[in-house]
Amino acid sequence: MNIHEYQAKQLLKGYGAPVAEGVAILTADEAEAAAKSLPGPLYVVKSQIHAGGRGKGKFKELGPDGKGGVRLARSIDEAVAHAREMLGNTLVTAQTGPAGKQVNRLYIEDGADIARELYCSLLVDRSVGRVAFVVSTEGGMDIEQVAHDTPEKIVTVAIDPEAGVTDADVAAIAAALKLEGAAAEDAKALFPALYRAFVEKDMSLLEINPLIVMENGRLRVLDAKVSFDGNALFRHPDIVELRDESEEDSKEIEASKWDLAYVALDGNIGCMVNGAGLAMATMDIIKLYGKEPANFCDVGGGASKEKVAAAFKIITADPRVEGILVNIFGGIMKCDVIAEGVVAAVKEVGLEVPLVVRLEGTNVELGKKILNESGLAITAADDLDDAAQKIVAAVA
Amino acid sequence: MSILVDKTTKILVQGLTGKTGTFHTEQALAYYGTQMVGGIHPKKGGETWTGAGGESLPIFASVAEGKERTGADASVIYVPPAGAADAIIEAIDAGIGLITCITEGIPVSDMVRVKARLERSKSRLLGPNCPGVLTPEECKIGIMPGSIFRKGSVGIVSRSGTLTYEAVFQTTNEGLGQTTAVGIGGDPVKGTEFIDVLEMFLADDATQSIIMIGEIGGAAEEDAAQFLIDEARKGRKKPMAGFIAGRTAPAGRTMGHAGAVVSGGKGDAESKIAAMEAAGIVVSPSPARLGTTLVEVLKG
Repeated sequence: MNIHEYQAKQLLKGYGAPVAEGVAILTADEAEAAAKSLPGPLYVVKSQIHAGGRGKGKFKELGPDGKGGVRLARSIDEAVAHAREMLGNTLVTAQTGPAGKQVNRLYIEDGADIARELYCSLLVDRSVGRVAFVVSTEGGMDIEQVAHDTPEKIVTVAIDPEAGVTDADVAAIAAALKLEGAAAEDAKALFPALYRAFVEKDMSLLEINPLIVMENGRLRVLDAKVSFDGNALFRHPDIVELRDESEEDSKEIEASKWDLAYVALDGNIGCMVNGAGLAMATMDIIKLYGKEPANFCDVGGGASKEKVAAAFKIITADPRVEGILVNIFGGIMKCDVIAEGVVAAVKEVGLEVPLVVRLEGTNVELGKKILNESGLAITAADDLDDAAQKIVAAVA
Repeated sequence: MSILVDKTTKILVQGLTGKTGTFHTEQALAYYGTQMVGGIHPKKGGETWTGAGGESLPIFASVAEGKERTGADASVIYVPPAGAADAIIEAIDAGIGLITCITEGIPVSDMVRVKARLERSKSRLLGPNCPGVLTPEECKIGIMPGSIFRKGSVGIVSRSGTLTYEAVFQTTNEGLGQTTAVGIGGDPVKGTEFIDVLEMFLADDATQSIIMIGEIGGAAEEDAAQFLIDEARKGRKKPMAGFIAGRTAPAGRTMGHAGAVVSGGKGDAESKIAAMEAAGIVVSPSPARLGTTLVEVLKG
């Protein structure tokens, strides 16, 4: 689960991290009061969407010459003018895709005098099974590009979970970032605080890009991107409250209510599969035969007939879907349960596109019997190869 | 021969009394007499578990007690996510040699804690979020469907449960059969990695060829490929076929498995396929042709 920058900063502030004063607004009418509450005279007006690259992004409605999704203002009037131009418009960035995202929230923040821009993130380093700091002196840029062009400028410091962030860890991070004086002093509090926030709130990513050294030598968190481990949300009701459903695909929201692993994609063959690996492989084989999948959908191991029906309905409701492939290799999942779910869903919402079903594994004969006796126009497939060829042929 | 488990393996079930634990314990007992020797429940110690077919197993209050009373050397965990990490740690503390955690959805930070404990122990953990391990006609730990297996010569290791079944089913249909199939699980932080299992398959005389199935996310496949290159230089090499799931997955999106995500430009399918091919693995572009690909490799 992702949250907005202003929510991330509020969270980090609670752990003692240095962030600027700022106010989040939903309407342009709030902009003036928001700016007035800040020290000034420099303000930053920042689009709050769940995607990076906002500064270089462009608003669809303002054309290619319009200003970006993060803007400086040198007066309250200018901040208000920016807010009016940005709110409600569609921001297209390198990460939003060509459709862009509507900007429904702005964050107006006190400006800062920047001496140096650094990069700092925390993530779980799977090669060692530990939380690690990834830092670089090359802040404010696309870190993937830095990793590609100058990998030696990225330093990773993994943290022993039983010792936490030690003085030696802080010294290693500070040295990698070339921190001196007041900034090096700030580092002693900041890095352990970021680690505590990461672990206590079950984050999967905490990215500060940039972390800045200000003209006065102090550190400040200038941008913050936080994602949470979806598997740990059950113990963080305060974090769940921060979810902004307007940032998510409506089909994915519906799927999450049923605890379905579903990712919306751009193709036109809908897929319903059990198991994440097989679901990915099913997408891959559709592509191999020349078509594109409309979605990733793993109904999981222990799905009920109702859950299967819900998944099927989400897939059929997608207007892009021109054909559906159901691919089940039953282990825990029983083929008859899948068959009953599909039949129930089709009886409720109808079926206007070709449907190919491949069943294998536990209770496969019973599953096939249920489909055969349903009288529905279902094409049966013998194996995965056969299934993929049949659905691709059916929509071609 | 086989790896990890055989007909002598004695298994305790942590989370036996739940619906999932009960169903799969019945299945395991029915699979060539897999030695399920007891269940664990802190409040039901001394009681008896009864399966749908009238099977029964003693319940112990702790893993330590269960091990003491039965001589168990393995455990399988069906405990729900919130308590699963503690269940693994209990098994580590009791000195269980092979711990298999089926549970999906354990918070990553819990697994970071488990991993630190595991590194200071002699226990091996399979999973979490894995289908388990099965040696045909001898022992079934976890949730793999026993009916698709056949005793044979192929070692199978996979991050994905259902793709393990594909590989098993296809090698059975090709008449090759399996020595052992091992699911290492789809989580980012886990106990056993590809390298550990490949080492065991290379050392196992009965295993004449290997299928390795990876997916996007992390660098375990690249690490495994390097391991295979190093071992081949020492003269240890077996014919291998492979598959990587997620070629068409969009970057930055988690594809079902918590560990299946291309992030920060790393963990994409193409780099894994290239690394595996460099190590001499014939990577099938289609998950439907794992069996036939291996047969072609064996023909030479």
